[in-house]
Amino acid sequence: MADINLSRITKCFGDYRALDQVSLDISDGEFVALLGPSGCGKTTLLRLLAGFEEPGEGQISIGGQVVAYPAKGVMVSPEDRNLGIVFQSYALWPHMSVARNVGYPLEVRGMNRADRDRRIAEALDIVALGPYADRSPAELSGGQRQRVALARCLVMEPRAVLLDEPLANLDVHLRETMQQAFLDFHRRTGATMIYVTHDQAEAMAMADRIAVMDKGHIRQMAAPETLYREPADRMVAGFVGAGSVLPITGVQVENGGTCSVKLGDTRIAARVCPKLANSGHINGQAGLCLRPEDVWVEDEAPLRGKVEDCVYLGGRFRLSVRIDDDHTLPVYANRRARVGDPIGLKVADGWVFDRLAGEVA
Amino acid sequence: MQATGRLRGALPGIMTRSTGNRSSGRLLYWLLLPVFVISILPIVRLAFEGVFVGGVPSLDYFRDVLGSGATWQATANSLYTAGLGTIISLVIGGAFAFLVALTDVRAKAALVFCFMIPMMIPPQITALSWVQLTGPSSALLNAFGMAPPMGSPQPLYSAEGIALLLGIQHASIVFLTLRANLRMIPREQIEAARLAGARGGRLWWQIILPLTSPGLIAGTAMAFVTALGNFGIPAMLGIPANYPTLPTLIYQKLAGFGPSVLGEVSVLAMLIGAIAICGVAIHHRLLANRDYRLMGMVGRPLDIRLGARRSLVETILWAVLIAILVVPLMALIATSLVPAFGVKLNLGNFSFGAFYEVLFVQPSTIRAFHNSFLLSVGAAVTLVLVCLPLAYVMVRKPSKLTKLINLLIEVPYALPGVVLAIACILLFIKVPVIEISLYGTLGIIFIAYLARFLVIALRPVMNSFTQLDPALEEAAQACGAGLWRRLRDVLLPLAAPSAAAGALLVFLTAFNELTVSALLWSAGNETLGVLIFNLDDSGDTVLASAVAVLVVLVVIALMSCFQLASRRLPKGVVPWQT
Ligand SMILES: Nc1ncnc2c1ncn2[C@@H]1O[C@H](COP(=O)(O)OP(=O)(O)OP(=O)(O)O)[C@@H](O)[C@H]1O
Ligand SMILES: [Mg+2]
Repeated sequence: MADINLSRITKCFGDYRALDQVSLDISDGEFVALLGPSGCGKTTLLRLLAGFEEPGEGQISIGGQVVAYPAKGVMVSPEDRNLGIVFQSYALWPHMSVARNVGYPLEVRGMNRADRDRRIAEALDIVALGPYADRSPAELSGGQRQRVALARCLVMEPRAVLLDEPLANLDVHLRETMQQAFLDFHRRTGATMIYVTHDQAEAMAMADRIAVMDKGHIRQMAAPETLYREPADRMVAGFVGAGSVLPITGVQVENGGTCSVKLGDTRIAARVCPKLANSGHINGQAGLCLRPEDVWVEDEAPLRGKVEDCVYLGGRFRLSVRIDDDHTLPVYANRRARVGDPIGLKVADGWVFDRLAGEVA
Repeated sequence: MQATGRLRGALPGIMTRSTGNRSSGRLLYWLLLPVFVISILPIVRLAFEGVFVGGVPSLDYFRDVLGSGATWQATANSLYTAGLGTIISLVIGGAFAFLVALTDVRAKAALVFCFMIPMMIPPQITALSWVQLTGPSSALLNAFGMAPPMGSPQPLYSAEGIALLLGIQHASIVFLTLRANLRMIPREQIEAARLAGARGGRLWWQIILPLTSPGLIAGTAMAFVTALGNFGIPAMLGIPANYPTLPTLIYQKLAGFGPSVLGEVSVLAMLIGAIAICGVAIHHRLLANRDYRLMGMVGRPLDIRLGARRSLVETILWAVLIAILVVPLMALIATSLVPAFGVKLNLGNFSFGAFYEVLFVQPSTIRAFHNSFLLSVGAAVTLVLVCLPLAYVMVRKPSKLTKLINLLIEVPYALPGVVLAIACILLFIKVPVIEISLYGTLGIIFIAYLARFLVIALRPVMNSFTQLDPALEEAAQACGAGLWRRLRDVLLPLAAPSAAAGALLVFLTAFNELTVSALLWSAGNETLGVLIFNLDDSGDTVLASAVAVLVVLVVIALMSCFQLASRRLPKGVVPWQT
C-alpha cells in the first residue's frame, strides 16, 4: 500500500518559492514521471517526499500515513518512511565495498548474513554487476556507480522508489537496458515509482502518468498520450513533443468537442479543450497546438506557405513552414524541400486550448 | 470524512516515532553543555573579575586599562608582530604546501616530515635556541669562531625578531590547512585550465589560488590567532628588548601582584579575545560565500613538472628547512653539551653530564614525561570523541547557539595560556555544587587542555563534514539508518582521517605545552614545559637545553612511529603523509 498524496505543498528557500501549492495524487503501484526544465523544483519535490526537507505548508501522506503536516507538527523522518531513493549524484559510500553498499539497508534492518548475501547477489545480478561485488566504488566507472546506487535502492524492496535522473550519466544502450530493468522491477514488485527526468522521451516511454512541472507548479498531470494530444497550457504544449503553438482567432465551436479554426486563408478542423469552449472568451485567448505528424505536404492544398527550414531526421525531413507573419508550422515530409519554396499544407488535426492559462499564476 | 478518519488513525503512531527521532537529535544538543562549561565558562568567570570591583559592578578596570598608554602600545605591538609573523608563515608555509602538493619535487615525505617539526617544538625552546644561535655567547657560533663580539646587541631582541620566530613557528599551521585543501582539488579542474591555455603564473593566480582560498584563509586566521596568544617567543625576545605585547604585559602585571591584578588581567584578556574573535569572524565571513563541497570522488594528486628548475627549487626548500630547523636544533644541542653555560664548546670538552643529571639524578624528568604523556593522550582521545558529534551538530544543524559557540571556543585557544590558567583556577578552585577543589591536581591541567585544544581537534572534523556530499548521509537515512547509526557507519569512517589528524595535532601540541601548566602545576604534577621553564629560570640553562633536546628527540621518535605505522592506518590520518 503506497499511494502518495501531496496536498497544497509549499516549499520556500528564503524568499524563493521552489514549490508553490503543489497537489499530487499518485495511486499505489503507479509509475509517475516528473518532467520539467532544469530548476523547476523536481528534486525539491522528491526530497520533500523522502523527508529530507520539511514543507512550509500542506500535507504529505504515504500509504494513508501522514508523514508531513507542519500545521500539526507531524514530520516522519526519512529513515522511518521506507522509501528507496537514487540520487542525482551517486551517493555511494567510498569506505564500503560495492556489496556492503548494496547490503546496507538490509544490515540496518538486522537481516541475517545468509539472507543478506543472497539478496545482495540478486540485486547485483539485476544491474549486471555481480563480478564487482568486492570492489570499492572508487574503482568503478560513472555508469557502474549509478547501477550500484540502483541496486542499493532495489534491495530494500521499498514501498515506493524515488529516482532522481538515475540514467542521466549512462550511454544510450545502457540507458535502454536500465529502463527495461526499471520496468521489470516495477512489474515484478508493483512498487510505486516516482521518476524525475528532463528527458521527455524517457518519461513517455516508461511512465503511466507524467507530471509536467514549471517554476514550482505542476502544470499538468496526465497519461503520456493525453499530455501529447491535449496539453493543458502553452508551457506543456511547448515543452512536450516537437510541436508549435500558434495564436489564433476566428474559432467556431461545434458539437462533440470540436471546432473550426481560421488558419491563413482557410479553415481547419480541430479538437477543443472543453474548459475553453465553455469560458466565453475563446477568441481572445485561444491557442492552436499542432503536431508535425498531423500536418503534411499536399501540393494542391489551399493552405499555402514558404519553407523556412529543412532538417533531415533519418527517414524523413522536418520542415518549418511560414504561412504568414506570426504563424510557422512544423511539418514532416518525405522529400527534401528547398528553403524559400512555396508549398501547400494539409492539417488533419489540432488542439485548441487557452494559451493564457497558467501564465499569471 | 474519510480523510480525517485516516489521519486520526495514523497520527498516534507517527507522533511517537517522530518524537523518538527528535530526542536523539536533541541528545546531540546536550553535548554543547560540557563544551560550554569547560571552554567558555572559565572565560566568563574571568570576565566577571573585570567588571566587578570589590563585588560591585563597575567599569573602573576598563577605564584604567583602556586609558593607559601601555595597553595600546602593547596592542599595537601585538598586532604588528602577529600580523608580520602571519605574513611570514603564509609565505613559508604557503610556498611549501604548493610546491609539495602540486609539483614533482622529490622526497616529499621527508620534506613534509621535517617541516612539521618546528611546530612540535615548544615556542620558548625555539626562542631559546635561536637566541643561543645568534647571540654573542652562542655555543655553536663560538665553536666556529663566528659569534658577534661580546656586548653587541642580540639582533633577535626586536619586533622583527619576534615576528620572524612567530612566522617560523606557525608556518606549519598554514602548511597543514592549505595542503589538506590542495588535496581536495580535483585534478581535472587544473587540467582543464591547462588545456584552456593557462600556463605558469596565470595558472597559479587564476585557478590554483582561488581554488585554494578557503585553505589559505583558514590557515591565515589560525596562524594569526595562534601568534596573537603566543607567550614564549615575545617573552624570551621582547622582555629583554623592552618591547611589550599583550601576553607579556599580562605576565608582567601578574608578576607585579597588586590588589587589582585580576581585574586588569581580565580586561586585557578580553582585549585579546576581542581581537581574536574579530580575526575569526572575518575568516568565517570570507568563507561563508565559498561553498567548496567535494562532490563524488577526490581526484588523484597532481604533479606539475618543474623541469630544469626542479633541482633549484629542491635546493631552496632544503636550505629553508636547514635554516629554520636544523640550525636552531644544532644550537640547542650544542648548549646541552657544554660543561657550563657560556663555556666555549669544542671537540675536547663536550659532556653528556647534563643528560645524565636530568635522566638519572633528578626524578622530576621522568615524572614530567609521564605526566605530559598522560595529559596529552587523554586530551587527544577525549577531544576526538567529543568532536565528532559536536562537529556534526555545528555543521549539519547550525543554529544561532552553535554559531556563537563556534566563535567562543576560539577564545581559550587565542588567549595566552597563563590567562586561561587563571580563569580555570578561578572557576575550579572550588567546583560549584560538588564542592571539591581541582587545584593542585592533574585534573585542572587536563580540563584546561580540553578547553585550549578543542579548536585544534574540532576544525579538521568540521572541515571534513562541510566537504562531505550531504547525499552520502541522506542515502543512509533513506536506507533506514537512524542518527547514531549514520554517525557510526557513514560519517565516522569518512571523517576518521581528519579526526585522527586532529587528535595527533592535539597530542603533539599538548605534549610540549608550557604556558597553561605554568600556573596550574604543583609538586609531583609538573609537565615537561614547566620543567624546562623552571630549570631555565633558575639559571640551569644547560640542563634545560638537555631536557629540551630529549623532548625534541621523543617528539621525532613519536612522529617516526606514526610514519612507520602510516601504511596500516587509513589514508590521511598522519597529517604529514602524502
Ligand atoms: N537548498 C536550497 N537553497 C536555496 N535554493 C534552492 C535549494 N535547493 C534548491 N533550490 C532552488 O530551488 C529551485 C528548484 O531546485 P531543484 O533542485 O528542485 O531543481 P530541479 O528541477 O531538480 O532541476 P534539475 O533538473 O536541474 O536538477 C532552483 O531554482 C534552486 O535554485
Ligand atoms: Mg534536480
